[in-house]
Amino acid sequence: MLTGNMSAAWGARVADVDYVAAYPITPQSEIVETLSKWTSTGELNAKFVNFESEHSMITAAGAASLTGARVFTATSSQGLFYAFEALYTVAGWRAPILLVNVARGVGMPMVLQVEHGDVLAARDSGFLQLHAETCQETLDFILIGYRLAEDRRILLPVMVNMDGFTLSFAREPVEIPDKSQVEDFLPRYSYPRPLTGDEQVAYAPTMTEGVPYTFFKYQMYAASIEAKHVFKQIVRDFSRVFGRGYDVLESFMMDDAEYAVVCSNSYSSIIRAGVKALRRRGVKVGMARLRMIRPFPREELAKALEGVEAVAVFEQNLAPGRGGALYPEIVEALYHMPEKPKAVVPFIGGLGGANIGPEEVAYMVRVCEKAVKTGIVPQHPTLLLREDDWSKLRESLKVSGLPVEKMGVVHHV
Amino acid sequence: MSEQTSFKTLRDTPISEYLTPGSPLCGGCGGEIIVKLALKALGPKTILVSVPGCLALFELYPYTSLKTPMLFAPFPAGPAAAQGIVDGIEALVSKGRVSNPGVKVLLLTGDGAAYDIGLQATSAAIHRGLDFYYLCYDNEAYGNTGFQFSGSTPLAASTSTTPAGSGLRKKDLFEIWRAHNPPYVATVAASRPVDLLRKFEKAQRFRGPKLFIALGVCPTGWGSDPALTVRLDKLAVETGIFPLKEAVYGRVRHTYIPRSRKPVEEYLRHQRRFEHLFKPVRRDDLIRQIQEDVDRYWENVRE
Repeated sequence: MLTGNMSAAWGARVADVDYVAAYPITPQSEIVETLSKWTSTGELNAKFVNFESEHSMITAAGAASLTGARVFTATSSQGLFYAFEALYTVAGWRAPILLVNVARGVGMPMVLQVEHGDVLAARDSGFLQLHAETCQETLDFILIGYRLAEDRRILLPVMVNMDGFTLSFAREPVEIPDKSQVEDFLPRYSYPRPLTGDEQVAYAPTMTEGVPYTFFKYQMYAASIEAKHVFKQIVRDFSRVFGRGYDVLESFMMDDAEYAVVCSNSYSSIIRAGVKALRRRGVKVGMARLRMIRPFPREELAKALEGVEAVAVFEQNLAPGRGGALYPEIVEALYHMPEKPKAVVPFIGGLGGANIGPEEVAYMVRVCEKAVKTGIVPQHPTLLLREDDWSKLRESLKVSGLPVEKMGVVHHV
Repeated sequence: MSEQTSFKTLRDTPISEYLTPGSPLCGGCGGEIIVKLALKALGPKTILVSVPGCLALFELYPYTSLKTPMLFAPFPAGPAAAQGIVDGIEALVSKGRVSNPGVKVLLLTGDGAAYDIGLQATSAAIHRGLDFYYLCYDNEAYGNTGFQFSGSTPLAASTSTTPAGSGLRKKDLFEIWRAHNPPYVATVAASRPVDLLRKFEKAQRFRGPKLFIALGVCPTGWGSDPALTVRLDKLAVETGIFPLKEAVYGRVRHTYIPRSRKPVEEYLRHQRRFEHLFKPVRRDDLIRQIQEDVDRYWENVRE
């Protein structure tokens, strides 16, 4: 039994990383604490360095990666934001580092529990993104992530996202791969033209005009698009070695589904339970869970949702003036289908670790049914809350003088 | 000055060049002379880290004026990028995957990065004992963006964001760095090339952070005649405004003490950034204040 954080640390350990760049932040700290212990006992033969900020940590991680060292780093929320410039930098350097983000809400106000406002804000940084539902996926995505990042066709950093608290501190059975198995799957890393002083290389000289700038940006785009196909090849190898595999998205009970919930990460376990419960009552519903967010698997998503009447999009982030960050991407993926779903309905929940339950899944499906019948899709995302949370929020709304109807908050039970 | 050195006179300057002839830097740039000399002393196995600033003009795609490998890093993160390179190579050497002894990492920044936005990262890199060279080319403002005020801008200097002259004194970066107790900190000037070469030579004896502040005479920002760069640099030293010194594990030694210091006015009046001290009316109060600051500094120098 391992926590999500321990699974991430084990991922770095079995990947035999050469360098760990660290800075603490809740709920990630357990990862770097564990790695510092292992590097001091010699269980992991890597250099471990404590940094003074995430900005420096990620910059150093990228620079070390260019020398030919396999680099691991981890952060969360405010830390990811503090390092934002460095994210774009290491991606532009084409430094294939692996970063674990332990998703947490974004201040102000501060909160420690899960939300995806942090990781999704980094969606256009050039990092490829793999989102884990379980502790096992967290560990496996680290191995797959290194293989993907270091592939000569890709050379982009990879971010593996796991949810703070609900996964980082949750214990699950995890299979830790053997060293020999990992060596079979993940070859030793080397950088094409390493920055070790032997070669005259100039990394990231400044552009003075648009055309060369476009040239470099477009190369990154092309590599990130290619990453989806390379991921599929890599996963074939992964299943050969480890006996389990992952597609860019998981289709659960989607075969004859009339309704589908699109989601990601650890709350998918709740949604899966809700889907199962509805199936027992004869409701034809399924779940499409995104494992890959960058590149965005639009064709696979459209294919998974073929023949569905309506789609509920469940997200754990709320952008002022917009709603969920992934909703427009999902709608765009579906727009080009010959037979589109009649409604794509946005839902927001689980902000700052708030709960949802199987009943919320039933509620989402009811809203979808109504949208199909009336032809009216709610313009704003519906907030999903549990009964007790809703009564707390209702009190707050009363105090603030905000009319409940205006919020579009819906509670269902 | 009885220390061993291979640099006794200017004739001992190494012939090898690590900057190509020609660069997009301004005519009369003091920084170019400094970097040219520093690289001669450090030699061919040097990896250069650069950040936004005037000296970033050495590498404009698709050209580079540097014959050394280089990496361009974010403005505040030069020391962190240097750390990554040093650590990455060290990790690979310890695992027997590369053998590359003697490689040096030189970080080049301007004063904006050194005094302001990168100070936190520098403090931490010194604290961690990072084995690197840091050369701050100090032209006392954000030169590359059009000469705006920085933490290094001296009292009364006019910049594009202190048009009437700065009311603040320059930060003492030498002392900030020295307070971290690195093995070597020094100031260097283009008008004193032998002193500069000796300092870069001496620094190589130490493992850990080796930091240099170079006065960067900046004709474009200072409003001085490009032909006068070296003379102005010399005046900064001879007036005592820019002391040449070093600190080995915190112990300060002045490598040159001007015996009869010239009045600061001789340095100030060649620069448009101090023009308002002389016209339309002469500001004796400010000139005196600048002179007093310099005098007070040297009163405390006992060697």
